[in-house]
Amino acid sequence: MIKKLMESLREFKRATILTPVYIVGEVLLEALIPYVIALLINDIRAGCATDVIFDYAWKLVVLSVLSLVFGYLSGVYCSKASTGFARNLRADIFRNIQQYSFSNIDKFSNASLVTRLTTDIQNIQMAFMMVIRTAIRAPLNLIFSFIMAYIMGGPMALIFVVVIPVLGFGLLTIAKKALPIFRKGFPMYDALNNSVEENIKGIRVVKAYVREDYEIEKMKKDSANIREIFTKAERLLAFNMPLMQLCIYMVMLFVLSFGSRQIIVSGGQALDVGQFSTLLTYSFQILVSLMMLSMIFVMVTFSEESCQRVYEALQEKSTITSPENGEKRVADGSIDFDHVVFQYSETAEEPVLDNIDLHIRSGETIGIIGGTGSAKSSLVQLIPRLYDVSEGTVKVGGRDVRDYDLTMLRDSVAMVLQKNVLFSGTIAENIRWGNKDASLDEVKEVCHLACADEFIDRMPKGYDTYIEQGGTNVSGGQKQRLCIARALLKRPKILILDDSTSAVDTRTDALIRKAMRTYIPETTKIIIAQRTSSVEDADRIIVMDGGRIDAIGTSEELLKTNKIYREVYLSQNRQGCEEIEKDYVNAGEEGLA
Amino acid sequence: MSGQKKSGTFVRLMKLLFQFYPRMLPLIILLIVLNAILGALPSIFQQKVIAVMEQAWNNGWDWEMTRPMVMHLVLILAVLYILAMACTLVYNQLLAVFTQGTLDKFRVNMFEHMESLPIRYFDTNQRGDIMSYYTNDVDAMRQMISQSFPQLLVSLITVVTILCIMMYYSVLMGLVIVAGAIVTITITKRIGGKSAKFFMKQQKEIGRTEGVIEEMIAGQKVIKVFNHEEDAQKKFDEANESLFQSSYLANRYANTLMPIINNVNYLIYVAVAVAGGLFLELKVPNLSLSGLPFSIAVIVPFLGMSRQFAGSIQQISPQINSVVMGMAGAKRMFELLDEEPEYDEGYVELVNAKETDGELTEAEEKTGLWAWKHYHKEENTTTYVPLRGDVRMFDVDFAYNPDKVILHNITLYAKPGQKVAFVGATGAGKTTITNLINRFYDIADGKVRYDGININKIKKPSLRKSLGMVLQDTVLFTGTVMDNIRYGRLDATDEECIEAAKLAGAHGFIRHLPQGYQTMLSGDGSNLSQGQCQLLAIARAAVADPPVMILDEATSSIDTRTEQIVSEGMDRLMQGRTVFVIAHRLSTVKNSNVIIVLDQGHIIERGTHDELIAARGQYYQLYTGAFELE
Repeated sequence: MIKKLMESLREFKRATILTPVYIVGEVLLEALIPYVIALLINDIRAGCATDVIFDYAWKLVVLSVLSLVFGYLSGVYCSKASTGFARNLRADIFRNIQQYSFSNIDKFSNASLVTRLTTDIQNIQMAFMMVIRTAIRAPLNLIFSFIMAYIMGGPMALIFVVVIPVLGFGLLTIAKKALPIFRKGFPMYDALNNSVEENIKGIRVVKAYVREDYEIEKMKKDSANIREIFTKAERLLAFNMPLMQLCIYMVMLFVLSFGSRQIIVSGGQALDVGQFSTLLTYSFQILVSLMMLSMIFVMVTFSEESCQRVYEALQEKSTITSPENGEKRVADGSIDFDHVVFQYSETAEEPVLDNIDLHIRSGETIGIIGGTGSAKSSLVQLIPRLYDVSEGTVKVGGRDVRDYDLTMLRDSVAMVLQKNVLFSGTIAENIRWGNKDASLDEVKEVCHLACADEFIDRMPKGYDTYIEQGGTNVSGGQKQRLCIARALLKRPKILILDDSTSAVDTRTDALIRKAMRTYIPETTKIIIAQRTSSVEDADRIIVMDGGRIDAIGTSEELLKTNKIYREVYLSQNRQGCEEIEKDYVNAGEEGLA
Repeated sequence: MSGQKKSGTFVRLMKLLFQFYPRMLPLIILLIVLNAILGALPSIFQQKVIAVMEQAWNNGWDWEMTRPMVMHLVLILAVLYILAMACTLVYNQLLAVFTQGTLDKFRVNMFEHMESLPIRYFDTNQRGDIMSYYTNDVDAMRQMISQSFPQLLVSLITVVTILCIMMYYSVLMGLVIVAGAIVTITITKRIGGKSAKFFMKQQKEIGRTEGVIEEMIAGQKVIKVFNHEEDAQKKFDEANESLFQSSYLANRYANTLMPIINNVNYLIYVAVAVAGGLFLELKVPNLSLSGLPFSIAVIVPFLGMSRQFAGSIQQISPQINSVVMGMAGAKRMFELLDEEPEYDEGYVELVNAKETDGELTEAEEKTGLWAWKHYHKEENTTTYVPLRGDVRMFDVDFAYNPDKVILHNITLYAKPGQKVAFVGATGAGKTTITNLINRFYDIADGKVRYDGININKIKKPSLRKSLGMVLQDTVLFTGTVMDNIRYGRLDATDEECIEAAKLAGAHGFIRHLPQGYQTMLSGDGSNLSQGQCQLLAIARAAVADPPVMILDEATSSIDTRTEQIVSEGMDRLMQGRTVFVIAHRLSTVKNSNVIIVLDQGHIIERGTHDELIAARGQYYQLYTGAFELE
C-alpha cells in the first residue's frame, strides 16, 4: 500500500531524500553546539581572557549559522516534498476517478470520494511531513544527545538508560489508551453536529410539532456523552506533562547530586561546571525527542485509515475500457439487443435485465414506460456502454458497442441522465458541453428546440447568466430543458432522454418532442417517461416490468392489449376528459408551483 | 446582564466561565500561577549548587564536607519539584474536566437558545453559518481555553519571574537578554505573519479546490456521458496547482521558523557569553538588587536564563493568534445568544377536557377531548371552548420586510372539516399564508381567529399542537422509522404508530425494510426514496391527529405507483379535518370546498373547481397548462 502511494512522489523524490540529509546535519550541529558552550563556560569559569571568549564566539557563530542553513533547507525541502506529494496524490486519485466506469462510481459514494480527495490527503500530507522530518529528527536527536551526554558525563549518562524506557513506555501507553477513546469520540461528535444540522434544516417540523424541549433534552444527552468521553481521553493525555516533568526532575536531581560529587571528588577532572549545565540541556533534548516520537505514533496511527481509503480509490480499476484501435465511425442509429442479460454485480442473485431481445431501426422514436425497478434506465445505459452486458450483445449501427472507440460511441449516443447536473459557469458554457466549438447561434438554436430560450431570454444576462454550482439558481424544469439542449448540441445518432421532462409542464413537453421530430428526424430517439402523454406519439412504446419487456406497440395497441400500460394511462387520465385535452395537471412544477 | 450596556466579549466570556465553574476555575488559575513560579525557581538553586562548588573549589573542600550543603539544596529542590509536579498533575486533570465541561455548556446553551428563535432567524441565515457556531467557533474556543490561556499565563509569569531574577543578579546582563528577546520577537513576527498570510490563502484555496472536487464528483456521470474527462481534469489541476503553491509557501514559512529562531537564540546565547566575559574582563561595576559583583556565579545562570526567557517570549506570539481567533468565536457565540427569542404573549391554553352536565371542564387525564382554556382578565372568569378547527382570516396583510408587503387583504374562512386549496405561481404567497396560521411569522395587520379566538392570545405551543403539517421537502431525523413516526406524538404506542403508518400507506414498504419499524434512518433519508419519505411524513402527521392540517403537496416527480400511494395517504389524512393545502394535484383541487387563486399576494379568484372552470379565468388557464408561470 505504502509503495503504491509513494509512486505519486515523482518529481519530489529529490526533496524527500534531501530533507533527512539536511536534518542529519542540523541535528549533528545542534548536538555539537551545547558541547562547545560547555567548554566555553568552563573556560569562563576558569577566568580565561577575552580573546578566548571571542575565539569560542566565532566558532559558535559559524556553527549556529551552519545549523541555521541546514535547518532552513530541511524546512524548505520538507514543505516542498510533503505539499508536492499531496498535490500529486490528489491529482492521481482524480485522474483515476476520471477513468472510473459507472459501476466503479456506484461503488463509492460521492461524499466518500470527496473525503478521500480532501481530508484524507490532508492527513497524509501531515503524516508524511512528520515522518520525513520529525521521525528522523527525533531518534537522531535522541541518539546524538545521548552520545554527547556520555562523552561529557561519562557513567552519569547511564541515568538515561533508566529514564528513556520509563518515559517511552509511559508515553506510549498513554497514547495507546487514548487513541481508541478518541476514535470512539470523533464519530459521536460528528453525529452531534449532524443532529444539530438536522434541527436547523427541519426547524419548521420541530416547531410545528412543538418539539423544542424534546430536541433540547436529546441534544443535552448527546453533548454530555461527548463531554464524558473526551474528558476521559484528555485526562489521559493530561498525564503526559507530569510524566515528562517527573523524568526531567529526576535527571536534574541526579545530575545535581552525583554531578557535584564527581566534580569535587575528581577535582574538576571528570566533570566540570560547564558540562554539568550542558548535561541538563541534553537531557531535556532527549526527553523532548521521546515526546515527539509519541506524537508521531499518534499521527501515523491516525493517518493509517486515510492511507487505506486513498489506496482503495487509487487501486480501483475501471471495469470498462476502450478497445485498442476501436471503430471510429458509427454507421447509423440502429440498436440491437441480442439475448441481453445484465446485472450490476456478479454476485447478484437475479439479473436486472433478463434475456432482452430488441431491435430498433435508425430514426425511430421509442417510448419506454414502467414502474420503479423495472430496469428502464438499466436498459438504455447499455447503449452508450455506461455499463457492459453480462451476457449477449448490444449493437449500435450493426456493430457490438464493445468494438467502438469509447469516446466515439459516447459522442454518437447522447444521453440525458435522470439525475442530471449543471456545472458552475454561464448558460452558454454549460450548453457547449455538447460541442466545445459550437457558435452562439448553434447554442441558441438548440435552446430554442429545447424550449429553454423563452426563460433564458428573460434573464438579464441571457446566455451569460451564471449558473451556480449544482444549478441551484434555476428551477427543476429549466434545468431539465438546459440538459436537453446540451445533449442536442452533440447532434447525436441516438438520443436518450431518461425521464428528462418530468418537471416540465405538459405543453412544453409536447413542444420539445415536436421540435425533435422536425429538427433531428434521422436521429433515433428513446424517451423514458413516467407520463404516458410523453410517449403517446412514439413510433413504438416498450412496457418494462421486472427487468423484462412486457409488451411493445403503439399507444393505441397497448391500450387494448397491455394491462400495465392501460392502468398507468387510466390513472393519469381518469379525471375524465370533458373539454380539456390534456387533463393531467402535472402542469405541476412549472404550472402551479 | 441584558438591558445594560454590553460589556466587552472578554469580560463577558470570563464572567460566563466563572459562572460555570465558580470554584474550579480560580483553583486552576492558582495552580497554574504556582506551577509557573515553581518552574522558574530551580535555576536559582542550580546557581546555588554551582556557588557551593565554587566555594569548595576555592577552599579545597572534599566531598564529605561539601555533601551536606549540596544535599541540603538538592532536598529543597526535590521538594520544589514535587510541588511543581503536583500542581501540574492536578491542574492538567482539572483543565481537561473544565474544558470539556465548558464546551458542553457552550453547545447546550447555544442549542437551547437556537431552538427558541423564530423561524425568521432560520430563513434569513445560511445553514452553514449557523452550523459554524457549533463547529468552527466552538473549536476556536476550545483551543483558546485549553491551551492558549494557560500557556499565556505560564509564559507571562515566567517572563516576569525571570526578569525579577535577572534584576536581582545584574541589570546590565538582563538588558542584553531583553535586547536579544526583542530580536527574536521581531523575527517571529515577520516570518509568523508571512506564514499566517499564506495559511489564510491556503484555507481559501482548500475551499476552492473542495468546491471543484465536489462539483466534479457529483457530476461524474455527466462528465462520462459527455466525454469531458480531460476538461474536468484540467479544471481540477488548475485548482490543485494553486492549492499546492499556497500550501507550500505556508508550510515553508512555518517549518523554517523553528530552526531560524533556535539558532538565533544560540547567537544571542553567544552574545550573552561574550558580554559576560567582557564585563568580567573589563571589571565593569555590576548594577543589581543583590549588590553582588560580577563573577562567574552571576554570569553562568544568565546563560541558562537567556534560553528560558527567549523560549517563553516565543510561546506568546502563536498563542496570541489563537486567542484572537478564540475571541472571534466567543463574539460570534454571544451574537447567537443575543438573538431575540420567539415572543409568546399568548395565555389561552389547550387542555384535556371532559364534559359534565353539558359543561366543559378541565380534566387531569387524557380524554381525547380538547378545549381552549381561556381566562378572561376583566371578569376574572375562565371559559372552555371546545377544539373544533375553525380558522378564519380577516383582512390580513403581511410583510417579511416592512417596506415590501407580501400579502394584501387576505380574508378566508375554513369551517371545521372544510378543505381550502391554494393555487398560484411561485412567490404568489401560498406558503406565506400557511406560515401565518401556525405563527411561524406574525401578521402585520388584520386578524386570524382559531375557534373564534384571536391566535395572538393562544400560547404558541398550544396553537401548533392543534395544527398538523406536512411539508414539501420532507425532513426526517436520524433514528428508527418508529421514532420518526412517533415524532408526531411522543406518547403514542407502537400500535398507534403502526396504525398511522397504515393510514398513510407506509406500512407496506416499512415491512420490507431490513429491520422493519426498527430500521435506522439517516437524517437526510438517503436510504429511502423521496416518495417513502413523504409517506413517513404523512404518518407522522397522522399520529399527531390534529383537527387542522397544513399540507404542501410535493411537486417533484416520483414514480406513478408511489405517487398514487402518496395521494391516497394524503386523502385519508385529510378526511374529517380542516385542511389548508398548497395544491399541485388535480384531485386535491377538485375535492376542495374552496380554491383560492393567488397572484402576487392578492386573492384573484376563489370558488369551487367547477365555478372557476366556468369562469375561464386564470385558474382555467393554469389548469389546462396553456399558461406557464415561473
